[in-house]
Amino acid sequence: MQSGPSADTGRLRMQAGEDTLENVVCEAIVQIRNAAGLHMRPAMQFVDIANQFDSDIMVSNDETVVDGKSIMQMSMLAATCGTKLRIKAEGQDAERALEALRQLVEETHFHEPTPEEEKKH
Amino acid sequence: MKFADFVCFEATIPELDSRDRDGAIAELVTALDRAGRLKRGRREEIIKAVIKRENEASTGMGKGVALPHVKHQGVRDVVAAIGQSSGGLDFAALDKQPVYTVILILSPVKNPDKHLQAMESIFRQLQQEKFRKFLRQAHNPEQVEDLLREVDENPSLL
Repeated sequence: MQSGPSADTGRLRMQAGEDTLENVVCEAIVQIRNAAGLHMRPAMQFVDIANQFDSDIMVSNDETVVDGKSIMQMSMLAATCGTKLRIKAEGQDAERALEALRQLVEETHFHEPTPEEEKKH
Repeated sequence: MKFADFVCFEATIPELDSRDRDGAIAELVTALDRAGRLKRGRREEIIKAVIKRENEASTGMGKGVALPHVKHQGVRDVVAAIGQSSGGLDFAALDKQPVYTVILILSPVKNPDKHLQAMESIFRQLQQEKFRKFLRQAHNPEQVEDLLREVDENPSLL
């Protein structure tokens, strides 16, 4: 597209800037660490947290992209321990949403034991 | 994973007698026991374990389907049984609606990955409104088996 007069270009840029402020897109790759993997209860925890945010949450493995706010779709990922998933958040609270979900998967690992922790028991 | 790999068609109950959740679970576990899919003498224990799991968090995912399940030493391999209730059952489902199709899944304690693969197959199809509708309309075990085998042959059929 041809750029218009300088005043217009300036305005367009500013709009683009405002859009970016309102509609942030964040992505992260997370790894499933709990031994049982992303079974139904972890999927529910994920969906519960995702739904606390306004942003759209998309989650994908190598094959499928699903809605991170839908329990049926999240369960379909059936990610085993060790699987890497890409989480994409889009919206004004994308950054906070992504951080909350990353913590759930990688730090608290759905409040379930990792394979190492399971061996100790 | 294909449905035929883990669904026990012999244990299908086209119309559950029970009008409540726990009764429906007991019927399906009993059907799997009769089909020889449980280790001997483990039926009661398994029923209790499924109900205990269900009490912790409902597996009524919404859209008229519930997937009660448990990992238990009383089974050798992942096995599922399907039951239908035309009157609907109260599973305390996420969408607060009655459940018309119950898919019970029992998995061994070891091998969590296989449990996930079975879940994945089920959810992939349950996404499809047509699949849920066809399943609900299947009024005898043969129709349930035909539907699942067709989907196994051609996963994008619906």
